[in-house]
Amino acid sequence: MSAPDRNGGSLAAELAALVGPSHVRIAPAERAAYAMDGLPTHRRVPGVVVLPGTRDEVIAVVRLLAARGVAFVPRGAGTGLSGGALAEPEAVLLVLTRLNRILKIDPANRCAVVEPGVVNVKLSAAAAPYGLLYAPDPSSQTACTIGGNVAENSGGPHCLKYGVTSNHILALEVVLADGRVVTLGSPGGEAWGPDLVGVFVGSEGNFGVATRITVRLLPVPRAVRTLLADFVSLRGAGEAVSAIIASGVVPAALEMMDQSCVRAVEDSVYAAGYPRDAAAVLLVELDGRSDQAVDEEAEGVAGLLVTHGARAVRRAADALERERLWQGRKKAFGAMGRLSRDLVVQDAVVPRSALPEVLETIGRIAAHYGLVVSNVFHAGDGNLHPNISFDGSDLAQRARVEQASAEIMEACIGAGGTITGEHGVGLDKLRYMPLIFDGDSLGAMHAVRRVFDPEERVNPGKVVPLHACREWSSTATRNGERGARTDASFNSAFRLPRPALNPEGSQ
Amino acid sequence: MTIVDKVRALLGEGALLEAARAGEVPRVAPGSPDAVALLLRTAHEEGWHVRVEGAGTWLPPDAPADLALTTRRLDRIPAIQPQDLMATAEAGIGCDQLRQQLADHGAWLAIDPPGLAGRTLGSVVATATAGPLRSGFGAIRDHLLGVTFVTGDGRMIQSGGRVMKNVAGYDLTRLQAGAFGAFGVIVLVHLRLRALPRADVTLVLEGAREDLARVADDIRAAGLAPAALELVSPALARRERWVLAARVAGSDALVASEETELRAAAGGRLAPLRAEEAHAFWMRAAESLATRPVTFRVGGLPDSTDELLDLLQHQVGDEWVSAAPGTGAIRWAGETTADRLRRLRRALAVLEVPLTLERAPWELRSAVGHFGAYREGVGPLVSGLRKTFDPHGVLVSAVAGDE
Repeated sequence: MSAPDRNGGSLAAELAALVGPSHVRIAPAERAAYAMDGLPTHRRVPGVVVLPGTRDEVIAVVRLLAARGVAFVPRGAGTGLSGGALAEPEAVLLVLTRLNRILKIDPANRCAVVEPGVVNVKLSAAAAPYGLLYAPDPSSQTACTIGGNVAENSGGPHCLKYGVTSNHILALEVVLADGRVVTLGSPGGEAWGPDLVGVFVGSEGNFGVATRITVRLLPVPRAVRTLLADFVSLRGAGEAVSAIIASGVVPAALEMMDQSCVRAVEDSVYAAGYPRDAAAVLLVELDGRSDQAVDEEAEGVAGLLVTHGARAVRRAADALERERLWQGRKKAFGAMGRLSRDLVVQDAVVPRSALPEVLETIGRIAAHYGLVVSNVFHAGDGNLHPNISFDGSDLAQRARVEQASAEIMEACIGAGGTITGEHGVGLDKLRYMPLIFDGDSLGAMHAVRRVFDPEERVNPGKVVPLHACREWSSTATRNGERGARTDASFNSAFRLPRPALNPEGSQ
Repeated sequence: MTIVDKVRALLGEGALLEAARAGEVPRVAPGSPDAVALLLRTAHEEGWHVRVEGAGTWLPPDAPADLALTTRRLDRIPAIQPQDLMATAEAGIGCDQLRQQLADHGAWLAIDPPGLAGRTLGSVVATATAGPLRSGFGAIRDHLLGVTFVTGDGRMIQSGGRVMKNVAGYDLTRLQAGAFGAFGVIVLVHLRLRALPRADVTLVLEGAREDLARVADDIRAAGLAPAALELVSPALARRERWVLAARVAGSDALVASEETELRAAAGGRLAPLRAEEAHAFWMRAAESLATRPVTFRVGGLPDSTDELLDLLQHQVGDEWVSAAPGTGAIRWAGETTADRLRRLRRALAVLEVPLTLERAPWELRSAVGHFGAYREGVGPLVSGLRKTFDPHGVLVSAVAGDE
């Protein structure tokens, strides 16, 4: 690692002048604390960590980094699962967790304005007194931030009915790479011009830093029914999912756990009373305003579950039982952590009707590589999470994990699916991007990124694999014109990544 | 060689529509996405300006260009997968045809855009014109799983995919929805469907606008969110007075309970329409909007709907207006001038409310733009994207900033 030298020290001093010395981390041990996100297979120690406390400080920091030509990586709580929030030693990590204020809750218009560091679950808690909630609920919601959710376009179990983050973001204030501040969208959710909010959400930090986020809030459903069905075969459970979706009922959530996952949960402190001998369980939640209508839907769903081979359908009798059933699901990743030293949480999406086939294929791949794969996922969306337990200190095993992951991705793509439904591309999925996008499509993405960030300084090296992009000549010319710098402006602390030094050279 | 000769050599005689009348530009109907790419690559090299048309029923086909490209022969539906509630359709398919074919499979695309029934899917996506169902089922972008588009220099770009959740790469699909063709020609659309609702009921109440707005407030305050809740002007509703129309769609149980609650929230004053009356009511309102020369939408907040309607009435009249008090979206149709639109836009901008010009003769839309002046810093982003997707400015579109 190229640790910051005395010049690094001077950049750190400049940063400290902006945000206060206690909010700049330069000691190796302090920086090492930020070397990973939720993905155990990648590790990068950032050159400097800076934690601004206000929007104005964010703007000042971004402008300083622009003037110095230094790359930076915005980061929320670091719960991401694709290595998206990791910064190279040449880059500054811009941690936004101190911007954690809820600026406004507007119950009449069912929206709220928040800073990026607000923790997901705290927003819903703040909206609850008004009978409102923020719908996207990633499993990490007790820790992850709304800013991170925006960057990753995060999902969650209840996105089946209510949509992912992108469906809930109305407007954004964004600091671009060069320090300019722009407002995108409008409080009512109508795009102001082309839909730049739409393209910003899910851009994994490549288009700038969101400093103010206007989100949609929804009324808390009055009636909720939670069902647990267990199956003797994965295929049966998968077919039941298709049958429910095709019936026209839209459950609030429709989650599946396989036997390995069920046992991990039942062996843990999160034991939820799932039947240990089941090949798979389905957790189905229905909600709405009227008890009668939701009851009727729940009965219809229960009938479909039985028709498709459910051994038993258990109905949560009260809020306590519902919470317990959900706890097993939400804490499944934690429970699986006990199975082995390391865990890779994978993420892919297939058409729902392909679930039975793909689940069987994943089982075969796991057996072939002698690995334990546990499935816990958003079945209603076809969003799979095959989780591979392994021991990272065993290099041969690591290699098998890599190979199995790649084969699982290929199987999902082969079934008409995609490589990530909610975790993002980050570093981890870069190599799979050319499997689903051709060179022109990747080139178009790269070119769009350069409209927002011509020097590719924000979260460099993520999302789009540059080697696979077909050349986008018009962009290269344009950026050659405006991205030209004199050497004098590179009074930089760090060795710079190539794209920042030579915008044309990265093509 | 004339442009027509070149196109004939490139795509064959069949791609050229009826011989152009004097003064009209040649019209080309490519028969495949690849043919669109070939045509635009050539246009890019030759420096032609191309106007993109669908069925020609929404945006007037009047922009100055060397060539008109119509998507009307891109009218296939390569996939309908009711078990996955997903379909793939080419951009030139008429919305009415698509709706019929989906219904035959028990599936439903929950959009009801303004305009004539034969309006193309591509036109709806490119202009992001959602109708009253936006209240319950979201904007046009929320129904899209992916699109394939051809850039102004003839590259075929795929974005998104066919599955329900997808964060692989940047969301260029949303960038295409509502870009008015400035970033490429949409050729293929992957759609998120719903099951055809078993029950679909529309309730209406006629009265003074202010009274109906209060009823709409009561419905919202009760926490109800019907599939559509629309305040429709008398001319549009073809009634004596304003109409508040609420639509609920879904399972029998859901619709029955929502209907009961809506009636209760409205003090028992909402009355259901018969199925054929309801169908005619919504269709007439959608089609009537396209009979006026100009249509625009403004995107306010729910609690500003009344204030915005007053502002519209004062500045441009409110004869043909449809407002969704649940979302703050208002659509206006009528006749107006560039100066009036500019004045209205300025007044709305102060309130943080955008005005998108949806339909107008070229003279008007080129003068004020679909979006008007961009906010600070946004203009360079839009023009950067425009240059990225159409470096030679082949595609004629009025998205440049005004004033």
